[in-house]
Amino acid sequence: MARLSKAIKDPKKTLYQMILIRSFEEKVEQLFQQGKIHGTMHLCIGQEATAVGVCSLLDNQDKIISTHRGHGHCIAKGTKVDRMMAELLGKETGYCKGKGGSMHIADLDKGNLGANGIVAGGLPIAVGAALTSHMKNLGYVVCCFFGDGATNEGAFHEALNLASIWNLPVIFFCENNKYAMSGSTDDMINIQKIADRSKSYGIPGITIDGNNINEVADAIDTAIKHAKNNKGPTLIEAETYRWRGHSRSDARKYRDREEEKEWRDNRDPIALFIEQLKENNILTDGELEDIKKRVIEEIEEAVKFAEDSVEPSINSLKEDIYA
Amino acid sequence: MREITYLEAVKEAMIQEMKENDDVFIMGEDIGIYGGAFGVTNGMFEEFGPERVRNTPISESAISGCVIGAAVTGMRPILELQFSDFITIATDNIANQAAKLRYMFGGKGKVPIVVRTPGGSGAGFAAQHSQSLEAWMTHIPGLKVVQPSSPYDAKGLLKAAIDEDNPVMFYEHKLLYGTREGVPEESYTIPLGKAETKKEGKDLTIVATGIMVQRSLKAAELLSKEGVNIEVVDPRTLVPLDKDTILHSVKKTGRVLIVYEAVKRSGYGAEIASVIAESDVFDYLDAPIMRLGGEEVPIPYNPELERKAVPQVDTIMDAVKEMMI
Repeated sequence: MARLSKAIKDPKKTLYQMILIRSFEEKVEQLFQQGKIHGTMHLCIGQEATAVGVCSLLDNQDKIISTHRGHGHCIAKGTKVDRMMAELLGKETGYCKGKGGSMHIADLDKGNLGANGIVAGGLPIAVGAALTSHMKNLGYVVCCFFGDGATNEGAFHEALNLASIWNLPVIFFCENNKYAMSGSTDDMINIQKIADRSKSYGIPGITIDGNNINEVADAIDTAIKHAKNNKGPTLIEAETYRWRGHSRSDARKYRDREEEKEWRDNRDPIALFIEQLKENNILTDGELEDIKKRVIEEIEEAVKFAEDSVEPSINSLKEDIYA
Repeated sequence: MREITYLEAVKEAMIQEMKENDDVFIMGEDIGIYGGAFGVTNGMFEEFGPERVRNTPISESAISGCVIGAAVTGMRPILELQFSDFITIATDNIANQAAKLRYMFGGKGKVPIVVRTPGGSGAGFAAQHSQSLEAWMTHIPGLKVVQPSSPYDAKGLLKAAIDEDNPVMFYEHKLLYGTREGVPEESYTIPLGKAETKKEGKDLTIVATGIMVQRSLKAAELLSKEGVNIEVVDPRTLVPLDKDTILHSVKKTGRVLIVYEAVKRSGYGAEIASVIAESDVFDYLDAPIMRLGGEEVPIPYNPELERKAVPQVDTIMDAVKEMMI
């Protein structure tokens, strides 16, 4: 029988969140195709286990920093899908009043310090947020999400070193989805495990199956305890896969359809978790249907809320620059 | 009033703020026991300890982002960047993060950081340690940019910068660190966005920034012996810019020379010139608006070449005389 992580306290809520993220992303894709969302978007379909596995173990006061592919992180940290959808539609009721869009959703009250459009841009900021926790003795941890591509940025290396020498409560969580836009990890990184980069900075590093939420939960549980016991940062590399292209304009010429099929058919994080829950007699077909139904309702309400919301006033153009 | 140096004024402002507010701390390279590359933090490590005077690795990318994360979560960090040239390495954090977070987040979050950094030439440090790049920062909405020219201003402006809830770029000048004047011992604030007329005059206005304020005052003193009465205006903060004080002065004198150390092309003096040209004061001008800035060269090492690369008292005097013909 599949082993379930003891760190997952509420498996059905966890599953609900994973399905909510996927449905949100599918709806966003649809609205984009209908021309209701402009700009670009970076969908995290296929990576739901990392977002939910991490955030479901964080307290409200714990903080995250997200990436350009950040919708899942936001939802998992408790950010509401209605105001997220409103933000994607550029509405005044959006989390950023329509000024940030997909790449900059932040919800400071929920400990979401924001998605960051600069690759590796979030890492030094996460170190600083952890420094506050340390200096004010606040007891929270900071989890910084980033992709495989970020680990080739100087900021990644500087941030890990700084967090290590100051022994700060920060978790560096690498979602290795095998491609930094078109650059595959095989071509761009000359070591097998990104987690090995932790050795250079004297901190623990671990590689896990990022599509198995139980592995994610166990790893993050250990890293949180490590950080909260004043033992400093951890680097977690979670192997995963984005089903869609990097963004809307991506024709995915750099990878083959067989590989995509393999990850979709055999390593779908949601299908795997459902299977595990059923094997352990935690989830019935009826309960699954109920979850899916409630998710659809929540997404439909979010779309309605967003579409019914007003556009930001033109006066707001010059507001919010300075505090 | 007791006299202290510009360097001591900067340090005194930091010490007073750190005593008053536990959230204020400083980080930077070699600012611990070493006391900072120019000695500004000398003694602070002993007074406040390693938690609040945080000596960092040479990692401008990490430390410039670290202060942002600390600020967004409730601290009021001061970052000492050893030379202002190193802003090149910290620019992602300053331009893409600190300046924009609040706007991108729709008015949520504050980034109360002060980036203190010495700029300017004249110390023999050559091309990578002598630049005046402040105009770059003035171009980015979300930042405030301060350039004090005297010990008194440095202390009051730094207090204002630390109390400010927005990111502030605080440009000190290497050659000014040793200059002295009377500075009150007690804490005081000079609000950001307030220029000061350093010398009254009626024939021509010099708007000067940073060390060029001192050189312009010297030039004005020498020119007064030749019967030319110069007014010297120091904006003190480039962003926000006190346009009123500048325009008021130019309206009075009818002539304006803008003096700055940075490369003349696209330097902040071009912005000041445009502000004047676009205003109704344009009608009061008796001569074209003139700029005197640095040569369009990297700062050279040889002392005489280095001197020639930026305005000096004699070249300021020459420029004034040319305008008075």
